[in-house]
Amino acid sequence: MTSGHSVVGRPLPRVDAMEQVTGRLRYADDLTLPGTLVGRQLRSTQAHALITRIDTSRAENLPGVKAVITGADLPISYGILPVSQDENALALHRVRHIGDPVAAVAAIDAETAEKALDLIDVLYQPLEPVVTIEEALGEDRPLIHGEGTGKNVHRVAALEFGDVDAGMAEADHIREDVYFFRGNTHAALETHSAMADYDADHRLRLWSSTQVPHYLHRALEKVLEMPAGRIRVIATPSGGGFGGKTDPFSHEIVAAKLSMLTGRPVKITLSREEVFYAHRGRHPVLMWVKTGFLRDGRITAMHFKTFLDGGAYGSYGVASLYYTGALQTSTYRIPNYRFEGVRVFTNKPACGPKRGHGTPQPRFALESQMDKAAEDLGLDPVEIRLRNLVQPFSMTVNHLRITSCGLSECMAKVREASNFSESHGRLPFGRGVGFAVGAYMSGAGLPIYWNDMPQSEVQIKVDRGGGVSVYSMAADVGQGSTSMLATVVAECLGLEPADLAMVTADTDLTPVDLGSYSSRVTFMAGNAALQAGTKIRNRVMQAVADKLEVDPADLVAKAGRIVVRGDPDSGMAWAEAVRTAIASVGPLIESGSYRAPDLAGPYKGAGVGISPAYSYSACVALVSCDGETGQVDVERVWLAHDIGKAINPLLVEGQIEGGVYMGLGEALFEEHSFRGALHRGPSLLDYKIPTALEMPPVETYLIESIDPEGPFGAKEVGQGPLLPVIPAIANAVYDALGVRIDEVPITPDKIVAALRDKSRGGSGRFGPETVPEYQFPPVVRVEPPAGFVAP
Amino acid sequence: MTQRVLEFRVNEETHRVLTSDHTTLLDLLRVDLGLTGTKHGCDLGECGSCTVLLDGRPVLSCLLLAPQVDGRVVTTIEGLAENGRPHPLQTAFAELGAAQCGYCTPGMIVTSKALLDATPQPTTHQIQVALAGNLCRCTGYSKILDAVHLAASRSGS
Repeated sequence: MTSGHSVVGRPLPRVDAMEQVTGRLRYADDLTLPGTLVGRQLRSTQAHALITRIDTSRAENLPGVKAVITGADLPISYGILPVSQDENALALHRVRHIGDPVAAVAAIDAETAEKALDLIDVLYQPLEPVVTIEEALGEDRPLIHGEGTGKNVHRVAALEFGDVDAGMAEADHIREDVYFFRGNTHAALETHSAMADYDADHRLRLWSSTQVPHYLHRALEKVLEMPAGRIRVIATPSGGGFGGKTDPFSHEIVAAKLSMLTGRPVKITLSREEVFYAHRGRHPVLMWVKTGFLRDGRITAMHFKTFLDGGAYGSYGVASLYYTGALQTSTYRIPNYRFEGVRVFTNKPACGPKRGHGTPQPRFALESQMDKAAEDLGLDPVEIRLRNLVQPFSMTVNHLRITSCGLSECMAKVREASNFSESHGRLPFGRGVGFAVGAYMSGAGLPIYWNDMPQSEVQIKVDRGGGVSVYSMAADVGQGSTSMLATVVAECLGLEPADLAMVTADTDLTPVDLGSYSSRVTFMAGNAALQAGTKIRNRVMQAVADKLEVDPADLVAKAGRIVVRGDPDSGMAWAEAVRTAIASVGPLIESGSYRAPDLAGPYKGAGVGISPAYSYSACVALVSCDGETGQVDVERVWLAHDIGKAINPLLVEGQIEGGVYMGLGEALFEEHSFRGALHRGPSLLDYKIPTALEMPPVETYLIESIDPEGPFGAKEVGQGPLLPVIPAIANAVYDALGVRIDEVPITPDKIVAALRDKSRGGSGRFGPETVPEYQFPPVVRVEPPAGFVAP
Repeated sequence: MTQRVLEFRVNEETHRVLTSDHTTLLDLLRVDLGLTGTKHGCDLGECGSCTVLLDGRPVLSCLLLAPQVDGRVVTTIEGLAENGRPHPLQTAFAELGAAQCGYCTPGMIVTSKALLDATPQPTTHQIQVALAGNLCRCTGYSKILDAVHLAASRSGS
C-alpha cells in the first residue's frame, strides 16, 4: 500500500487463477465445435530439395478425408517482417529444412488424417544442404532463397558510432575474445494449436495459441486474400510462448484454408516433434569482441562482430541481427562503438525471437569479457562494471535514450546479499561465484510494420449495474498481462482487479494491441489502460461532484465508492455513481491509447533497440562444480531487477524466477542440436529442460526506480532478468575451476576438456578460436547524439 | 482395429465407452469424455502435463491404453474439488502464483495430490522428487514448491 495506491503494488493472484487450477481454462486444443475435422501436415523429409511432383490422389480417395491441399493452394508468401515475406504455408516447389510443411489434410479423425499423410506421394530432387555458418558464407553452395550458388547471406549490418580506432589507440589494455552461443528453443509446454471455422456467410474465425493476434490477422488477410473485416482472430489463453508463438505459422493458415474448402471447423494441433520444426528459437551466434580499456577499467572503444545462423527463413531475423549489436551500450558507457553483423540462411528450422531476442548471446560474450578484463587489470568484477555504468537520463553513443536506471542499486543489492566480493576468488576449488548485469527494452519503440497509429489501444465500457468491461488485444501468454490491465483500471476506479470483466485478444471485439513480444505490454497497454481508466474516472467524478455539489478534485475512488477525500462514508457506491454519470452525460465508454515517442537515431537499423524505457538486472550465481566429471550444480541465485514499479509484485517475482530458470537451462544444457541438417532429438526426452530437482533457490529483489513514462512508473520484467543469468553462471564456473568456457551451453564435456587442457599447461579455455573471414561492407559512420558524454 | 466397450469410473461417474484398443487414456478423457483439463504436452510421457490418478496413483495418461483402465478408477483435475470446494492444493496454487501459463498446472496439482495423500507433510526435497516428472517452463518451480507446502500445512492443521 505504498505511495497511496490501493491495488497497484499488492501481491494479488492472477484474475484467472481459479480457472487455471481447476482445469477449466480452455486453451486452443481444448476447443471443439460440432463437426470439427482434424487437420494434419505432411512435412519434408529432405533438408534442401526441389519438389518435382506431388500426387495427392490416393489420400483424397481415402474414406473420411475431406480435403487435401498443397503449396499450389496457398501460393502467396508471408512473413512476420514486411522485409522478409519469404515463407509459404506449404512448400512451393522447394523445401528448405527437414520438417518444412509440404501438404495438409482434413479428415474426420486423427487416425484417418495421419493415414492420409502416408498416402501423399512426393518426389524430391535433393540439393546440397547448407548447414553451418561457414558453409553459408562460402561461394559454392546452392542458394536457399534464389537460384544458383553463392553466399547465403540474409542481411548484413555495419555501423560505427564515434571513432573506434581512436578509442583503441587511447587504451592501456585491449582484449580480443571469441564466443559461441549455440541455439536453443522455447519448449513451451503447450504445443501450438489452431482451430478455424469458415461459416456459410463467408466469415472466418480462427482461434490460436498466438502471442500476436493482430499480426496473424494481417497475415491471414494477405495469404487468404480476404478482407480483414471478414476474419476474426481470437488468441486463446496460451500455454507458454517465450517468443515461440510470435510469427504467423503454417498450421494457422492451413487450418483456415482447410475450413474454407470443407465448410467445417478444422483444428490442427502440432505434435511435440513438429514444434521443434516450427522453432523460431534462439539463434546460434558466433561472436568476436575487441574492447579497449584504460588502466582504471574504463572502456575506450568496443568492436563487436556477430554471425547468426538464421535457419531457413527470415522470420524476425533482420531485427534479431540488429539486436545482437544494439543493447551493449545500455549498461556501459561505451564512447566509441563499432558493430558488424551478418545473418545467414541454413537448411535448418528458422530461428527467431526467444526471451531476450538476440541479446542474451552478446550479453554472455560481453559479461564474460568484462570479467576477464577485470582480472587482467586487477579489479573486482563489480568495480569494473561500476566504473563504466550507464547514467540515468542519458543518451548512449548509438542513440538509445536511457531514462530511469536502477542498475547501480541492483548491483549493490546482489553484491551485498550474496557476499560476492568476499567470496569471489576465495572459495575452495570447485565452488565459485559469478557476477553479471543486463538490460532490456520495455517494448520495441517501433511497430513491426511502419504506421503512424497507436501501438496499443484499450477500451472500457461500464454497465448500468456498475460492471466494468475492459477490452484489449493484449494476449496473456502466462505473464499475467490480463491481470496487469485489470489492476491498472481497478486502481483508477477504486475497484478490485477481480471485479472487472476482461475481454482480450479478439480482433472482432478488442481494439488493437500489437501483441505480447518485446516486453511491451505493461508499458504500452498499461499506459493505454491508464488513460482510458482515468477518463472513465473523471467522467464519473464530475457527475458525482455535480450531484453532491463538491469540487471533483476533492473526490477519490476507493473500495468501491466515490467519496470525499478523508470521509469514507460520504459520496456514493460505485454502481450508483455510474448510473448518475450515465444519466447526466450518456454512455460510459472511453478509450485510451499509447504510442512510444519518436526515439530512432539518424541511421538505418536505429529502429531496433530503442524503447521508451529500459529495465535493469544484476545477478550473482553460486555454483559447485565437480573437477572430475565437469558437472555443475547451481546452488543459489541472487537476482535484483529494476522493475520501475511493481504493479503486481507476486507476478513480477514469478517472471524473475522463471527468467532465472530459463537462463539456467540455457547456460548448462539446452541446445537445439543437429547432425548435419537433422535435428538430433526433437522431443522433450532429448531436449532436456530443468526439472524441479535442478532448480536452486532464487533470491529476488525488486528495485523500484519509478520510470517517468511508465504506467505508475512500471517497466518490463518478462525478458530482462534472464540476461545476466547465463554469464553469471559462466563467470562462476571460472571462479570455481579456473577454466573459461566461452561456449554456451556449458556442458560437462567442455569443462573436462578445458581442465585437461589446463593440466597440460594450456590456457584452460574451451571455445571457438576464430570467426570466419568475412568481408563486411564499409561501416556506416554515425555521429554520437547531441549531449553524449563520454565517461 | 479392435474395438471394445470399457466401463470405468472417472471423477465419481461411471462411463461406458466404445473405443479402439490403441486409444490412449489421454484421448479417451479429452476427446471421448470432453475432460479437457488434462493436457497434451509431448506425446511421449516426457512432460507430465497429462498426469491423472489411476486408483489413486499418478500415471501419464498419454502412455496408457484404454483397455488398461477397464474397471478402474480415474481422477482428473476436474474431480479434485470436494462438495464444490476446490482442493487445498488448487487454492494454494492460485494464491501463491504457482501457475503462470497454467498449462502444466493440472498435472502438477494431480501429482501433488498423490504425494500429499501418501506423505501429508513432505519435505521440499520430497516434493521436488515427486514433481521431477512434471515439467514447468514458466515458474522455475519455486512457487509450486511453496504452494504444495502451504496446502500441506493447511491440511495438517
